Amino acid sequence: MPSVSNLIFYTFLLLSVYAQVFFFVTFLENRKKIIVRKGKIKLANYPAVTVVVPCWNEERTVYRTVQSLLNLNYPQDKLQIFLIDDGSTDSTWAILNKFAKYPNIQIFRKENGGKYTALNLGLAHLETEFFGCLDADTLVDPESLSRIMSYFEGDPTVMAIAPSVTVYNPKNFLQNAQKVEYFMGVYFKKMLGFLGAINVTPGPLTIFRRKVFEDLGPYRHGHNTEDMEIAYRMQKNRYRIEHCNDAYVYTATPSSIGKLYRQRLRWIYGFINNTLDYRDVLFRKKYGNFALFTLPTGIISIFSVNYLFGRIVYNLFHFLSTKILVINTVGWNFPAISSNFDPFFINAQSFTFLVLLVYLLIIFSITFGRKMAEGKWTFSLSVLYFFPVFSIIAPFWLLSAIYDTIISRRPSWR
Amino acid sequence: MIDWKKYLLVFLITVSLFFTAGFISNYFGDQKIDQIKSIQDNIAISILSSETQFALLQESSCKNVSGSVLSDELDELGDKLEWGEKNLGVTTEVTYLKKYYSLLQIKDYLLMKKISAQCKVKSAFILYFYTTAENCSLCEKQGIVLSALRDKYPELRVYSFDYSIDLSAVRAMLQIYKIKDTLLPALVIDDDVLTGFYSVEDLESRVKESFKLQEKN
Repeated sequence: MPSVSNLIFYTFLLLSVYAQVFFFVTFLENRKKIIVRKGKIKLANYPAVTVVVPCWNEERTVYRTVQSLLNLNYPQDKLQIFLIDDGSTDSTWAILNKFAKYPNIQIFRKENGGKYTALNLGLAHLETEFFGCLDADTLVDPESLSRIMSYFEGDPTVMAIAPSVTVYNPKNFLQNAQKVEYFMGVYFKKMLGFLGAINVTPGPLTIFRRKVFEDLGPYRHGHNTEDMEIAYRMQKNRYRIEHCNDAYVYTATPSSIGKLYRQRLRWIYGFINNTLDYRDVLFRKKYGNFALFTLPTGIISIFSVNYLFGRIVYNLFHFLSTKILVINTVGWNFPAISSNFDPFFINAQSFTFLVLLVYLLIIFSITFGRKMAEGKWTFSLSVLYFFPVFSIIAPFWLLSAIYDTIISRRPSWR
Repeated sequence: MIDWKKYLLVFLITVSLFFTAGFISNYFGDQKIDQIKSIQDNIAISILSSETQFALLQESSCKNVSGSVLSDELDELGDKLEWGEKNLGVTTEVTYLKKYYSLLQIKDYLLMKKISAQCKVKSAFILYFYTTAENCSLCEKQGIVLSALRDKYPELRVYSFDYSIDLSAVRAMLQIYKIKDTLLPALVIDDDVLTGFYSVEDLESRVKESFKLQEKN
């Protein structure tokens, strides 16, 4: 490889090591503040909360989702639930009607306009001080809401609380790989919370103070990632977003590569385009770590994953062309491979150790994220295939998202 | 509020991690160079010892002359040097080791030729000249052919020399066989100079001939 390529490689490596060390130092600084509560908690008072469940063709999951809301360990008279059918064409509406008898549930039906329009309908009918959204493919843990509300109780300056999202009932290897990724997400979210730099208030049960929408306006389309756009808007206006690590929600994850690809394409496209929309925030110190750390780290990771993928493809191509040259030259008579392993041939260039360090820090983030989400220190074997699976498929949605941005093509929701 | 001290601290940690990685890498690099050096020293001693033994006993006692250095050892050294060139970079140390390796090959070639002629040891020799100074795809192919042949005929000894190496002994050989850099790869087998690419089949017949020639002598 030419030296320019090595220079780029080491630059990306430096930035990746920097980001991972930054997270780790944040962890060391705040580790004593990370509390995982077990069992029920009691709040001094229970403020009224409205949770909106926007549904578009969710017949398979919405019943369980609403049931889990009804099972929340939160006074039901303080919990308003809005079920909003956003123009479903399946039996979602009929399922929603089964909940009509509950006094704290209101059901709405509207023409399809996208998730943000359903949420805005909920906001238009909002009467409580707190507002939250719950995706219709997500289940909430019975203690999640009261734990989230305890954060609001303890700190009047916090404007939104994001929960820990983990994977519901993973069945195949792809879902298990995502489970690992979501554990990592819990860790990063917590650290970004400490840094005041969260860039997504996830659809599954982020709770906001009503003031957020009164001051900043309703949800926007946000390139199909309205939960990211509202977080950017809040950060731009210096509204604090926290992460409640022991409020668990369980989300259904894509079961096939095609579905996962479409979901991630939408997310990355949303990240790129929301970042472009809010580019005036980037590197401006008045917007804090969000502008100086979260956004640059996201941008760098897109470029470095793509670059790394290019490098892997190049090396693979080089390896295969060498093998083809051997076959073309001497046929299939490969020399006997010596069974004696010689440690001499282990690559001991400095990048080997640095890449290893980055992987170790990521494994730590997964393990600690799991500790926060499940309360136990366990090393899952899924980690072993999380890395190869995501390093092979992630570049495709990253590259497609860049391409779609260039040609101004908006990815579909599903 | 931005905690600038933290940004700086993380930067310093990152830089020190890079330096540590560089330091560890250099340490292992030096270990590898030392390993190559020690193999070379062993080979040098073996060659010198065989030369001395041969000079002392002359042809009167062929059975006592061990087959100089094992071909495997020279191959291993060659492999490690090639790997070192690619992964440790072409440092002055690697270049020096490569010169030493070339010299050892020439010595081994001369000695083995003498031993095989006088003691009737079945063997064939190929001198192979390639270049790393420019992109030589035929050299790459020729290298593959020679490796395959060497695997097939353990009695075949292949000595490979980088045309661009700055070593008078190699230059002397280039002069003897009148090899020019425009004609690479070049092979010398039984004093015949072959330039350009030769396939396994082409060379196999030459190697077999070389074995027969020996039997006649």
